Amino acid sequence: MELLIFYPLAGFSLMLALGVVMNKSPIGSALCLIGMMLGLAGIFALQQAHFIAILQVIIYAGAIMVLFMFVIMLLNLKGTDTKWRARERNTLLTVLTTFLALGVLYKVITVIFEFNLDSPAKVPDTFGTAAVIGETLFTDFVLPFEVASILLLAAMVGAVVLAKTKLD
Amino acid sequence: MSEFIDEVLEFIDPLFEPAFMIGSIKALVIAAALLGVVPPLVWLERRLMGRFQVRLGPNRVGPLGLGQPFADSIKLLFKESIIQSSADKFLYHLAPAVVVFTAIVAFAVIPFGEPVTVFGQEIGLWGANINSGILFIFAISGMGIYGMVLAGLSSNNKYSLMGGLRSSAQMISYELTLGLSALSVIVLTGSLNLIDLVQNQSTVPYIFLQPLAFLLFFIAGVAETNRAPFDLPEAEQELVAGFHTEYTGMKFAMFFMGEYINMVTMSSMITLLFLGGWNAYGLPLWPILAFAIKVFFLLCVFIWLRSTFPRLRYDRLMTFGWKVLLPLCILNLLVTSVIKVL
Amino acid sequence: MLDQYTGVAIMLLMAIGIAGGMVLMTSILGPKKRFADKMEPFECGESQLVSPRQRFSVKFYLVAVLFVLFDIEAVFFFPWAILFKRLGVFGFVEMLLFILILGVGLMYVWRRGGLDWE
Repeated sequence: MELLIFYPLAGFSLMLALGVVMNKSPIGSALCLIGMMLGLAGIFALQQAHFIAILQVIIYAGAIMVLFMFVIMLLNLKGTDTKWRARERNTLLTVLTTFLALGVLYKVITVIFEFNLDSPAKVPDTFGTAAVIGETLFTDFVLPFEVASILLLAAMVGAVVLAKTKLD
Repeated sequence: MSEFIDEVLEFIDPLFEPAFMIGSIKALVIAAALLGVVPPLVWLERRLMGRFQVRLGPNRVGPLGLGQPFADSIKLLFKESIIQSSADKFLYHLAPAVVVFTAIVAFAVIPFGEPVTVFGQEIGLWGANINSGILFIFAISGMGIYGMVLAGLSSNNKYSLMGGLRSSAQMISYELTLGLSALSVIVLTGSLNLIDLVQNQSTVPYIFLQPLAFLLFFIAGVAETNRAPFDLPEAEQELVAGFHTEYTGMKFAMFFMGEYINMVTMSSMITLLFLGGWNAYGLPLWPILAFAIKVFFLLCVFIWLRSTFPRLRYDRLMTFGWKVLLPLCILNLLVTSVIKVL
Repeated sequence: MLDQYTGVAIMLLMAIGIAGGMVLMTSILGPKKRFADKMEPFECGESQLVSPRQRFSVKFYLVAVLFVLFDIEAVFFFPWAILFKRLGVFGFVEMLLFILILGVGLMYVWRRGGLDWE
């Protein structure tokens, strides 16, 4: 039952992920990325990670992709723009991303072989809810949580400095 | 191979279970009700606006002019759908679909009464009861922004682009206020489930405990649904019709349909979070009727606001959101938690 | 646990059907009389004077970045609000620190004029 939902969802996400790379126009790529994130959220929900699924939609598909869309709107990039097309012929970028992709793939494969996936652990009913995640976050991971706020602060300062220096 | 067939059968099997059947019927009823409530709501708005402006409003088609919105929607359906030649066809069609889609899905988790028992089956009066209902609504209504963004981007018209950009910037600014003011209620209940929230208000509605949060949520809710005085994306005098300038016929109407459904969803949210949902507080009312009355009242307030306040200027709107509402929200949350902790 | 999504899934499919059906219907029904002038983008009766592809103020970008940051902050609040009673004073102090650090950020953005729309 779960597999029959999982495979179409995973296939859908993979197709859209390919669409992100192959699409001719930046808007199309961004749309595919949104769709892929929604597919991922579905997979998270299927794995009982309820809170993460919702966060995936709110933060990634909602907030971050809106930022992408804004950049597309602000720069008015279209498929025919030379700036956008020139990216394709950048050899250095191609080599670097290939290495990155291979590295990630290697890591994923080792993880798959390291763990026994035939007998998945039974999880309690409350697993993955906001309350359970909060409990670990606010007791065991207090320091990373507080450091995250400093990271957000740095990002805020960075954004203002970038935007403001252009204006002045 | 036979294993696969078993899997398929196992998958199809639950489709015949009563739970699934009931779910489908409920979804059908809710979707039909949402689509059905739009024409009367348009009628209500036009009649009330008429009264506010000392005129009659539509009164020719049918009794009290009730037939007017239905006649209008049939007319719109048979209008030519003009797509200007430089527009991006696919995105142009996608945009109104996204708006209607998100509006309907967001309503799926709104509960409007205690579970009732029919033919020995307990049926909850909601499309779905998920344990982080509030977050689900925020997530889905956040997706609704893309309808406007796409309409603006695909139309290849400067009014559309400007309107799309403005409305999405407005919506993301006020979404923060919406989320943060809902938080102070969640601090009181300790649950994201909308049904728990209502049950926690069985003695006193949260509007009395959290008046400021209510006010902030209400203002942000009006801004989120793009209603006057926050209807900047549609600022007719300067941007023609904002992001839907290039749309005609039913596709044009779909944006308004989305807006009206969002209005109903937002009123329901305010009712659930602050007005005690279906609790009647001693009045002899059915729970569902109590809920409907509260939602109806809020809808009237939305319309009342539209005919009372002039539109805000865009820079004022943005600074109001970021410099007044956002700090107030954080402050309110802090005060609430201090009181709670003591 | 997964049962809770059944209703959402049904609603999702139904909404796709309704939204798609309406777009399809309006494309099929209705007359189709095209001519060059009708197919031009609307510009108050003029033919398009200025290309819509101009660049917009960087302010919108700043708003979007700030929204992402504050949205992440808000998302941290949600599990905290649920656990508020259980975490007690410890959780309160924890979140106070978090809010203070971000409050400094908000103050900085404010003072630098990041929230102004002149």
